[in-house]
Amino acid sequence: MPLDNVVFWVFAPISIASAIGMLLMRNAVHAALFLVVNFFCLAVFYLILDAPFLFAVQIIVYAGAIMVLFLFVIMLLGVDRGDDLRERLVAQRPLAIALAIAFVVEITLAVRAGIGFSTLAPDGFDAVNQPGNAQAVARVLFRGYFFPFEVTSILLIIAAIAAMVLGQRKARAVTQAELEAMEVGSA
Amino acid sequence: MLDPRVLVNIDWLWAVLVIPLGVAVVNLFLGRRLGKLAGWIASAAVGVSFLLSLEAVRELLGASAEGRLAIEHLFDWISVGGFTVGATLRLDLLSATMILVVTGVGLLIHVYAIGYMDGDPRFGRFFAYLNLFVFFMLLLVLADNYGLLYVGWEGVGLCSYLLIGFWFENRENASAAKKAFITTRVGDTLMLVGLALIVREFGTLNFSAVFGTAGQTITEGTATAISLLLFAGAIGKSAQLPLHVWLPDAMAGPTPVSALIHAATMVTAGVYLVVRSAPLFELSDIALTVVLLVGLLTMLFAGTCALAQDDIKRVLAYSTISQLGFMFMAAGMHFYTGAIFMLVAHAFYKALMFLGAGSVMHGMHEETDLQRMGGLIRRMPVTGWTFLVGAFALAGVWPLAGFFAKDQILEVANRTGREWVYLLGTLGALLSALYIGRLLFLAFFGKARTEEAEHAHESPFVMTVPLLVLAAGTIVAGLLLSTNAEGRLASSLEAVVGPLPAEQGGLSTAALLVIATAIALGALAVAWWVYASGRVDRLALRERLQPLPRAARNGWYVDRAYSTVIVDPATAAARFSANVFDRKVIDGAVNGIGAGTRRLAASARRLQTGFVRTYALGFFLGAVGVLLWLGTR
Amino acid sequence: MRTPIAYFIVLSGILFTLGTLGVLLRKNALLIFMSVELQLNAVNLALVAFSRMHLEVDGQVIAFFSMVVAAAEVVVGLAIIVAVYRRRGTVDVDQARGLAG
Repeated sequence: MPLDNVVFWVFAPISIASAIGMLLMRNAVHAALFLVVNFFCLAVFYLILDAPFLFAVQIIVYAGAIMVLFLFVIMLLGVDRGDDLRERLVAQRPLAIALAIAFVVEITLAVRAGIGFSTLAPDGFDAVNQPGNAQAVARVLFRGYFFPFEVTSILLIIAAIAAMVLGQRKARAVTQAELEAMEVGSA
Repeated sequence: MLDPRVLVNIDWLWAVLVIPLGVAVVNLFLGRRLGKLAGWIASAAVGVSFLLSLEAVRELLGASAEGRLAIEHLFDWISVGGFTVGATLRLDLLSATMILVVTGVGLLIHVYAIGYMDGDPRFGRFFAYLNLFVFFMLLLVLADNYGLLYVGWEGVGLCSYLLIGFWFENRENASAAKKAFITTRVGDTLMLVGLALIVREFGTLNFSAVFGTAGQTITEGTATAISLLLFAGAIGKSAQLPLHVWLPDAMAGPTPVSALIHAATMVTAGVYLVVRSAPLFELSDIALTVVLLVGLLTMLFAGTCALAQDDIKRVLAYSTISQLGFMFMAAGMHFYTGAIFMLVAHAFYKALMFLGAGSVMHGMHEETDLQRMGGLIRRMPVTGWTFLVGAFALAGVWPLAGFFAKDQILEVANRTGREWVYLLGTLGALLSALYIGRLLFLAFFGKARTEEAEHAHESPFVMTVPLLVLAAGTIVAGLLLSTNAEGRLASSLEAVVGPLPAEQGGLSTAALLVIATAIALGALAVAWWVYASGRVDRLALRERLQPLPRAARNGWYVDRAYSTVIVDPATAAARFSANVFDRKVIDGAVNGIGAGTRRLAASARRLQTGFVRTYALGFFLGAVGVLLWLGTR
Repeated sequence: MRTPIAYFIVLSGILFTLGTLGVLLRKNALLIFMSVELQLNAVNLALVAFSRMHLEVDGQVIAFFSMVVAAAEVVVGLAIIVAVYRRRGTVDVDQARGLAG
């Protein structure tokens, strides 16, 4: 059996299992860690899909930055304690699961009708990835997708500013009464 | 299309109509401020109309016998496609007679009303309504087409309603007004159908156009239909059987109203209509027979009722109904000029007697019960003696106007071989002499039966002068307008309505004259004997004749029959509609829509749970749905 | 590579569905957010798979952009969640019922 196949059939179950694990964990930190596992699996998939650049970016950005951010906030807020798993909304669980199954079935059928389950990836991706995947990506990115590139840069700056603004604690103006109270207290 | 006979040109004819209308509007708005002056300017308006009418008639008579016609076209009122109804006035001898009666008698009644309505809080409005009535009545008789005539027809009906119910604070008066309006409405609606038929057959409502071609254009069946429908309107307006029930109740209105509207003018509109439409009626023997029969039956029916009433005005009301029946009888025998002659005579003596009754009421503090009067001629001489003139005229005593009118009609009946009509007509004349004699003697002669009758007082000048003028008119009219076919009024009207019926023998004029006078005087003598001489016990006599007097008094229970058969079911239906249907079904539906919307909203509201997760579920549901749809396409 | 592309797509669908279930069934705002990230990643996988199938790198570029935007989104989203926590003392989304009809 080809290596790709093996890799796929090893990591696919792991990714699904880690996703399910993330869903079921009561502790938020545990859930986050499961998600990190899931991201690693996805990175591997990128690798076998001839996208080594994305493999690296996935690990650096998603697993390395985003999930770390998540964990910071979870710890900061102290909400890692148990999430109440009782479901208050009527019919939410059954409906959601039913719809989920329906969705998966639909995707499968759509795929079967579209590209079919036997289509293999065509050869010749090496020709595309010249002289390397990064260069290929750069070639497309800085030409065709240049405008979106610039826009996303601005987007990042805005996001950073927004985070700073939203994170502020507003200093309340001290009233005269409070000022006197403080002086009396220290006197 | 101009009538080739038009030779007289009177272009101020509209003023006759408009002056009362203008003063009516003035009184309507400024009446309260004018006070008693309102009455005087209203009377002056009618007076001016009268003078203008005199002048117009004078000019009309100046023309040759064939050219006595004046038409004044004011403007096109309705103009739709090829159908036009013009606001056009027509003055020929028939309408000339009518306008003179309306304005002349109307003037006297206006003056009388200044005294009668003195002190009434709505004095000004009363005169506004009276003037408005005069306007509509003049419009009715001066109209040159059926459309304009119908406007006047409805207008006088409206004014009648307003005036009967003038003292509307009293529920009975309002009911009487309503009854008058609704009852005449029945006739009016049928008349409107008749007008529609005329339009369908002739394409126009213009008199000259319709009458000119009637003989060639329509079949006898159509003519019968049209004539009967028009006559239905006349039955309503002129209070004939079976639509007579409103007139006795209409006596609830002020007495000048009874005199003007329900004796001299409005109720005669029906007679006018039939006479004016003579060319149409002439084409249908059936229609004329119906007119004759209705007139005959009404005359006898109302005559018996009049004999049993104790209310002075109700006697006069039934009398009017009966006398109108007489007029329709004449018309039914092709004797149109006779009908008009009687109309004129009746206007004088009936108005006179109504005003006299009003004077009695005024002097007896609004008492109308005959049983509580007596000997009033000593206390109210002017009223009494003028009333006597009127009563004698109605009874048909020579040489008063009433005698000539009745005698002519009976003579025609006799001469044209209608023996039954002659006999029953004579019986009717006997009845009328009896009931008016009873009224006269019970009220004015004999001994005063109550305190009030002892101390009654005569009415002021403003009321007695019109009485005198009317009495004089009654006396003079008979003499001026003569009795036989060669007479002036007869021949002059002939130009309008066609020749008199052919005569076929019968009794001589002299014989008829003797019979008529004998009946009149005989009946009056009997009445005097029973009611005034004090030698007969009236009340015992009445008791012995029961239940006839009671039935006659109640109008032979026609009213009660209508009430049970028509009014009660209608009221029940109305009550059902209002209380059940309107409240439950319609309101229920409307409120139900509101309530239903609210319920729908309440259940829709539950979608807005506030939980973000349910909204997310909604998204997912939508996404799955869209995929499904895409997939199955 | 001998694995049919369709398998990647189906896997992507399964992961996406699991992410959706997380959004629908968990009450902790942070967990919901993480489920959204899972969804985004599933989509990225599909993009890259198709890109491989069509012999282009455009899909990879789009996946790259998706990651960038996801990063920005996480930053802002977490800031909001912190602000809300400061105000309400909880991150339970079921407590945010103010707009209930």
